[in-house]
Amino acid sequence: MPGLVHVQTTINGNEVNFLCEPRQSLLECLRDVLGMTGTKEGCNDGNCGACTVLLDGRIVTSCLVLGVEAQGRQITTIEGLATPQGLHPLQQAFLEQAALQCGICTPGFIMASKALLDKEPEADEGRIRHWLAGNLCRCTGYDKIVRAVLQAEDMIKAKK
Amino acid sequence: MEAFEYTAPKTIADAVAALASKGDQARALAGGTDLLVQLRGGRRRAQLVVDVKGVPELNQISYSARTGLTLGAAVPCCLVYQNKSVASAYPGLIDPASLIGSIQIQGRATIGGNLCNSAPSGDSIPAIIALGGVCNIAGSGGKTRQVPAEQFCTGPGRNVLQPGELLVSIHLPPPAANSGANYQRFIPRNEMDIAVAGVGTSVVLDSSKRNFVSARIALASVAPTPVFAKKAGDSLAGKPVSDAAIEEAAKLAMADAKPIDDMRGTIKQRTHLVGVLTRRTLQTAIKRARGE
Ligand SMILES: Cc1cc2nc3c(=O)[nH]c(=O)nc-3n(C[C@H](O)[C@H](O)[C@H](O)COP(=O)(O)OP(=O)(O)OC[C@H]3O[C@@H](n4cnc5c(N)ncnc54)[C@H](O)[C@@H]3O)c2cc1C
Ligand code: FES
Ligand code: FES
Repeated sequence: MPGLVHVQTTINGNEVNFLCEPRQSLLECLRDVLGMTGTKEGCNDGNCGACTVLLDGRIVTSCLVLGVEAQGRQITTIEGLATPQGLHPLQQAFLEQAALQCGICTPGFIMASKALLDKEPEADEGRIRHWLAGNLCRCTGYDKIVRAVLQAEDMIKAKK
Repeated sequence: MEAFEYTAPKTIADAVAALASKGDQARALAGGTDLLVQLRGGRRRAQLVVDVKGVPELNQISYSARTGLTLGAAVPCCLVYQNKSVASAYPGLIDPASLIGSIQIQGRATIGGNLCNSAPSGDSIPAIIALGGVCNIAGSGGKTRQVPAEQFCTGPGRNVLQPGELLVSIHLPPPAANSGANYQRFIPRNEMDIAVAGVGTSVVLDSSKRNFVSARIALASVAPTPVFAKKAGDSLAGKPVSDAAIEEAAKLAMADAKPIDDMRGTIKQRTHLVGVLTRRTLQTAIKRARGE
């Protein structure tokens, strides 16, 4: 059996070292090896987006990335969004718009939305819906999620 | 997922040597959006996964109006459509690059992986065939060979690559004057589904932009491999651009479709769709060729 591999990476700005088997996904490494359970597992095959994280600034489904591929890369997870000063505007807006029920999909939606707003702070509803097509939600019916992202845009604008 | 070893070579020679060391028990890893799903589901097995994303030749995306495009096999779709010169020279390639999966998937999935996975439904394959793409392949001992995209796939999930061979890049010739291309697929929703049928076409018009000089048409999801509908494309050569000529090409494309009935669609529906999509993609390709 192949041995464990040492991976050195940066997660939410901190250098992190971990050991994993080559077959383990980044999602498994985050949740089971590092105990960072904010990132969720839905389908485990790339379809639901619950496991979305940023890899070198790009959103990816972490269930379709190997943990060993994280070597030397920059990863941002949901745990990296809030600051000691408070929640990220997207987190606040999801709460205020009640954009979740069971919450399994929420970290993935927030990470995907963050990547969009970082690039396109004025994305309109159509653009938001298209961008989030890789994130599934079985509870909300999506409207509240889209409203929350639009609200977060306003909150971010007002802060500036 | 069953256990495997992982290596991330930095040169073509090392990548090929690693692949050759385990024969059909070694798999190249590009974006992993097919491979990791298949390994997890037990549909493929590998003792060794060779991550090819660290090899510089597989990451190149270089375009010039004189030599065309060399697209490294490990370049993810998002870098294809974000590249302004590629996007303006090859809108017919951007169509599938921005259709495959979600934004998350496009951050990882490669055109090279789409070809090597060789699914009949692979959205980029008809587009590459229509654009006259050629696959640059490396083998052991520094050997290289070129295979036209229409000859690359040999069956569902199978292609001309021998154990130990690596797809290095895909080359597209420079777009001819007054040329245009388009790929469209039919799926029951707007995003994130497998093509019930897909068609990629490219046309070259003469300087009056009223007559076809040549055309290429290729089909997805209607046979065990992507289909190069050569007769359909050739039927347009030399003809004036007209609804009748487009209709004739659509009929010939339908004749080349050999679809099956399955949960996604019936033979009748798929054949019909080939006609519809051939017409639509030709019309779009013509518009693009005319700069409309
Ligand atoms: C949620 C989801 C949605 C999807 N939607 C679509 C869609 O709309 N349309 C579509 O066509 N596909 C779709 N796919 C399938 C997949 O994303 C594409 O086929 C993608 O282009 C594969 O590229 P990759 O880089 O991820 O390939 P990988 O998974 O890395 O590799 C695919 C295969 O090719 C081999 N390979 C890769 N690179 C090389 C190389 N350089 N040399 C030799 N062999 C190589 C691998 O060993 C493997 O067998 C989807 C997948 C998912 C998970
Ligand atoms: S768990 Fe990764 S996409 Fe569903
Ligand atoms: S809140 Fe339950 S899946 Fe979205």
